[in-house]
Amino acid sequence: MKHIQLPIGETDIRILKVGDEVAISGVMVTARDAAHKYIIENWPKWVAPLLKDRAIYHCGPVVRKDENGYHAISAGPTTSIREEHYEPQIIAHYGPRIIIGKGGMGDATLAAMQKSGAVYVHATGGAASFIARSIRKIHNVYMLDELGPPEAFWEMEVEDFTGVVTMDAHGGSLHNIVRKASEKRLHALLQ
Amino acid sequence: MNIVRAHKLKDHFVELLRSASSQLPGDVVDALQQGFHQEDKGSPAHMAMEIILKNIELSKANSTPLCQDTGTNIWHVYHPQHICKTALEEMIRDATEEACRLSYLRANAVDPVSGLNSGNNLGLRFPVISFYEWRSSAVRASVMLKGGGCENVSTQYALPHESLQAGRDLDGVRKVVLDAVFKAQGRGCAPGIIGVGIGGDRITGMIEAKHQLWRDLADRNPVALLDKLEQRLHDECNQLGIGPMGYGGKTTVLGVKAGAIHRVPASYFVSISYMCWASRKASVTIAPSGKTTFHKRVPRSMTCNTPNCKG
Repeated sequence: MKHIQLPIGETDIRILKVGDEVAISGVMVTARDAAHKYIIENWPKWVAPLLKDRAIYHCGPVVRKDENGYHAISAGPTTSIREEHYEPQIIAHYGPRIIIGKGGMGDATLAAMQKSGAVYVHATGGAASFIARSIRKIHNVYMLDELGPPEAFWEMEVEDFTGVVTMDAHGGSLHNIVRKASEKRLHALLQ
Repeated sequence: MNIVRAHKLKDHFVELLRSASSQLPGDVVDALQQGFHQEDKGSPAHMAMEIILKNIELSKANSTPLCQDTGTNIWHVYHPQHICKTALEEMIRDATEEACRLSYLRANAVDPVSGLNSGNNLGLRFPVISFYEWRSSAVRASVMLKGGGCENVSTQYALPHESLQAGRDLDGVRKVVLDAVFKAQGRGCAPGIIGVGIGGDRITGMIEAKHQLWRDLADRNPVALLDKLEQRLHDECNQLGIGPMGYGGKTTVLGVKAGAIHRVPASYFVSISYMCWASRKASVTIAPSGKTTFHKRVPRSMTCNTPNCKG
């Protein structure tokens, strides 16, 4: 298990390779479908410090509010490929170092990560109560009214958030490897 | 009417949603444990299965949603004659709102025109409720929570399918199911459970596919040819090697369940409903006396094509 502290620089991120198990600590922000669309249409400046050298988490958490503020109850990853249209531009513009989600992303994001120095960390889909335990504190929420609770930007402090590097900053993708191997087996089974 | 008003069905429905959201049926947990043991130690697949099993324990202990995507809530309500379905529907909607307030469910209803989230998990045809009249004097309600990730990889084929060389027979069905599982890779949150609806039209075929997801994993298909197809597909889907989360591994699906309904001569649809590993289902029966039974496994009667079949 490799421990990562956010923010993280390009040199450190390029050390990571496909298959590495990582535990991430620091402050990161959730952004999913509506948030990505909003960023691309508005290029907001206030997002920049949340993303630079940090992590974007594709997640729409279940959040409870009490007198002490917000608490993440259940916060697993959502399917990342829906952000394929937006992510390469966001990586180039804002410089996040880690994209966290599930299911992997496409070749355009892989190329953007290779160019800028970023990796994709796959969290365990559906393991939302487990993952919520590593979210220590919710610092802030942005655009809650406009985007709704699942799609707002939740700025959260995490400790030992675990995942697997499935796309690295050198063009490596576990998703491409598994797809190719399974395609071969599919063809054999279709005979 | 009386049974609906008299026995605080809303409270039972809130409890049903809590249980469905935070506890998996035993057959699914057993299958996941089996999957965990067959993955190679130290592999990403093994780690994913370990986290999945830990998550199951934590969610159950703390009544927190297994997955933050509490999905589309699909209700099947079996009821005696002369019952007020409007009142039942009101109870379900009230219970849904309450369960959302208690964080058992996420506010998941988004208006596609305005883009706004309704905030209380209620919307147009949201949740989805089907009513079936049966001969029993009890009310039985079952709910399935189906997340968006696995719904997005669900699909439908029309046979014949040229590039897959899938003809209009059960071997053609086999080929398109394999193709669908291949295309899904890990994105439906593998290991998944595959519901297959053979025949029907574009709507009824998909309903049949989803209907298959109510079945217990150990349940064998009473139609011999379909049973054989299910067993073969279970084995062959796992041969694809996609594995948990698409990391590569031995456990790609936990089961394949297929049902067939009549089609018109011109159409041969194969509808495929992919259910993620977090196959959340729960069922409750309320007798006229008020006696309430929560079922750990969805009773057999829920999984038959006709509501009055013996379950």
